[in-house]
This record gives sequence, structure tokens and C-alpha cells, in this order.
Amino acid sequence: MTLMQNAITAAPLLSVQGLTKRYGARIGCAGVGFDLYPGEVLGIVGESGSGKSTLLSCLAGHQRPDEGRILFDGADVLAFSEAERRRLLRGDWAYVHQNPRDGLRMGVSAGGNVGERLMAVGARNYAAIRESATDWLGRVEIAADRIDDRPSAFSGGMQQRLQIARNLVTGPRLVFMDEPTGGLDVSVQARLLDLLRGLVRDLGLSVVIVTHDLAVVRLLADRLMVMKSGRVVECGLTDQVLDDPQHAYTQLLVSSVLQV
Amino acid sequence: MTDQAYNFAYLDEQTKRMIRRALLKALAIPGYQVPFASREMPMPYGWGTGGVQVTAACLTPEDRLKVIDQGADDTTNAVSIRRFFQRTAGVETTERTTDATVIQTRHRIPEQPLAEGQILVYQVPIPEPLRFLEPRETETRKMHELEEYGLMHVKLYEDIARHGEIATAYAYPVRVEGRYVMDPSPIPKFDNPKLAGNPAIQLFGAGREARIHAVPPYSDVVSLDFEDHPFAASKADHECDLCGSAGSYLDEVITDDRGTRMFVCSDTDFCASRQAQGHRGRLSPQGATP
Repeated sequence: MTLMQNAITAAPLLSVQGLTKRYGARIGCAGVGFDLYPGEVLGIVGESGSGKSTLLSCLAGHQRPDEGRILFDGADVLAFSEAERRRLLRGDWAYVHQNPRDGLRMGVSAGGNVGERLMAVGARNYAAIRESATDWLGRVEIAADRIDDRPSAFSGGMQQRLQIARNLVTGPRLVFMDEPTGGLDVSVQARLLDLLRGLVRDLGLSVVIVTHDLAVVRLLADRLMVMKSGRVVECGLTDQVLDDPQHAYTQLLVSSVLQV
Repeated sequence: MTDQAYNFAYLDEQTKRMIRRALLKALAIPGYQVPFASREMPMPYGWGTGGVQVTAACLTPEDRLKVIDQGADDTTNAVSIRRFFQRTAGVETTERTTDATVIQTRHRIPEQPLAEGQILVYQVPIPEPLRFLEPRETETRKMHELEEYGLMHVKLYEDIARHGEIATAYAYPVRVEGRYVMDPSPIPKFDNPKLAGNPAIQLFGAGREARIHAVPPYSDVVSLDFEDHPFAASKADHECDLCGSAGSYLDEVITDDRGTRMFVCSDTDFCASRQAQGHRGRLSPQGATP
């Protein structure tokens, strides 16, 4: 309950208004707006091509939206200089890619991967960097003796956990996740979700998570946005949206999940 | 016959002008890689085409040129470049570091401290220190622009994690005047401290990559390191077997197929002048007088 009270009293960490991205005549996403409060997890679901990845890449600064405003901590992110934006990307923000190979340096050891963000923000003490890398590998359940192995020697699930450690090591406040469990088998997915849920709770992270897997948002997300054809068709508390879907598309989405 | 058709120092005046402009810009922004329109040179890439263009653009008829390759005046690369400028510029050449006004070098800084008025021209194969960590040129330029040099330390971290110490022994990255991180060309890290506060002008030419960078006289040049693994200039732990010098950079020479080896100064001029002063090493001919 304290989480909800926090959410009501605090100012939103991320505030998005009227975000629109067009690809020529087609729309990527249109008129998307939401507020994300500190410690809150927002899930974005929708089928392929519904604009959820476009939305995420606009939010994370990988693409520039055509219209709209993105306020982080009250500051207009789109008005930032590139230097400020990149500082944000390696400090307060983190981005977990669907494919860990996109988010990791495959030629650099696990410890180096985790330490990179620390060194990018000015850490210059080898022992301290190493200690924090070891600590973070432990937190994502990677054995400490794997610290000098390259990610290419890791399984898919370990690579994904390594990517998460690498992103969280600098204590970001806002994490973007693009299908973090995609491409993993179900038992590994379950462990990863469990781990993520623990980390999010312990660190009080705010997360925007994009997925087409309703089980993932059911477990992780406090609130849910459903997208179709680039627009938000429904949003609300996760359990509310999933248990009592109002929009025809959400009903279809929820009823499409196989019950085993 | 064609010799007379050449302009002074081989390059046409427009090319010289272009390179000199790049050199001035490089000196104005220490450590910054200035793109220039690198020309084809009558030698293959990797043989010092960048250095040759920079030297040609700097030479005046009054200059005295010294060319060294790995510290030596008598190796193929050094001999052919020296002869090239003898033919195309007609300048005097020398093997003595103190007598030279322009020194073109590959892989070494002379042991003899340089003086004001001298120009040291480096041949550079790959000017971008971040290249092996970040293959995209657009990205490395952005990283230089925004001073995002964390990645350079990732390389040093990897060295320590793998070898227990910073094992990078040459092309050791430096930061110039607190701003640009620069690859000092593949000089041994033993030579890195000589980059800093050097009274000579240091120019770096990369022909294939078409980049020129520079370190002006008396610049602040710092080798990157970690607080708990500080930079250390290293050399073979021996004395020169010909001149007995304990403080110069040494080449290891295998002298037979039973593993016998000797260590000699890589800087031949330094070694020869020490021998001329009467210094002797372990393998010097007994009783021989210079």
C-alpha cells in the first residue's frame, strides 16, 4: 500500500504527452501520453506492429519523435543537448535489449561489461570496479568465478542476466526493457522474471517494459497500456485490464492466451 | 631525368598547402585527429606514407633530416625514406639525433632528449585509440566530441583481469592537455613519458586513414591508468650488451639456434655515440678501441 501512497504524493518521474512518430505516411505511434511515478512498473503490450517498440525507442532517445513532450524529473528530454542526453543514457537511465548481444560487448569479459558503465561515469579504481562487478554478478545469480569469461561463453539466460547487471550497476532510476524474456525458454523466463521482480522491489526502480507476453506484465507491471495500430486503446491497473478488459482488442488479446 | 620534374620535396604546392593547414589545425587542437586528403605515395601503405607526407610538407632546403625505424637508422624503411628525400628534396641527412632538424620515426622516440626547433614526425598505422573497441567511425568521433572515454579504461581493465597488470606494451593510450585521448602510434610505453613536456614539435601522420594529429611543444600528456594500477614505463630488465646503457630501450636479438641472446639499444645513434665515448657492454669486442 505504501507504494500506492508514494505514487500519489510524488511528482511523476517520467511524463509523456502526445508522443507521435511517423514513418513517412504511416504512423509508428500516435498521441501517446502517460505518467510514470517513482517505483512504478508500466507494461506496454500489443501485437507485433502495434507501435510499442517505436514508442520505447522514442522514449529512450534512440529515435526522435515528430511531436510530443517527454519530461524526465520535470526536465524536457527532447530539448537536451546530445551530451546531456548521452549522460542520461549512461547514468539515470538504462536500456535492456531483447537480444543480449545488442546490449553487451561480446569481446569483453563479464566483469568488463559490468564495469563499463562505472568507468564511463569516472570510476578509476580497479579494485573497486572489480568488487562492484562481483557484487552485481552475485545479485543476478552468476557465479563469481565466471567474472573473467566472455559473454559468448554464457547461455542465453545468463547473457540476459549479465545485461541486466551491466545496466543496473550505476543505480539508474528509470529502466527501459524491450521484451527482456523474449527468446528464452519458459523455466529460464520464470527465473529471470523472479529476479527482475526482486530487483525492481529492492531498488525501487521505475520501469517501462514492452512485451507481447501477458504473463510477464501480470507478474511485473503495476499498470498496463494496451496498444493497437500505434494508439493506446486501453490503460489501467494491470489486474483490472487483464481481468476485466473493456476494449474489444484487449478482450481478444486476453482470450488468446492458452490456459494450460 | 624525371628527378628535375619533381617539385621540392616531392609534393605539389597545393598538396603541401593542404597538409600544412591540417598540421596547423592539429597543433591548435592537441590530440585531435584532423582529416586530410592523403595522397598516394610511391610506397605501399604501412610503410610510412602518412609520415612521408607530413615530412615533405615540413621540409625546407635548409633542414637536416634523420629517419629511424624502430630506433635504427639502417633498416629498410629508414634507408628507403631517407633516400627518397635525398632525391626529391636534396636536403642534408644525418644519423645524429642532435644534428637533425626533422626526424621521421617509426615506433620510437630517440633516447637523446629533443630540443626546441626540432620536429619529430611519427608514422601512424591506426590513429584511432578506440578503434578496436568501437568499430564505427561515426561513434568514435561522437565519443571524442563528448569526451566519453570510459571505454578506453575497459581495455585496460581487461588487461588487468586477464594478465594481472596492464599488459598493453605499445600504442599505450594517452590524454593530451586534459582533453583528447590519443594513440601515440605504436611506440613502446617506455617512450610515453617522453611525449610529455617535450620541447620538440611532435606530428603524427596516418596515410591510409588520412588523419593528422599533433602534440605541441611542452604539452601535458598523461598515460591512462587506474589509481591502484598506475602506469609504469617498462623495458627489458637488462643492460645494453654493446654500450652498457641501463636506461635505454632494448631490442632482444637471438644470436644462434640454442637460445643465446643479446640485448642492444634499439636507438642505434644513441648506442653508437655511447660507444664512441668509450662505454662498453658485456659483448663488446675485448680491447677494441673506437
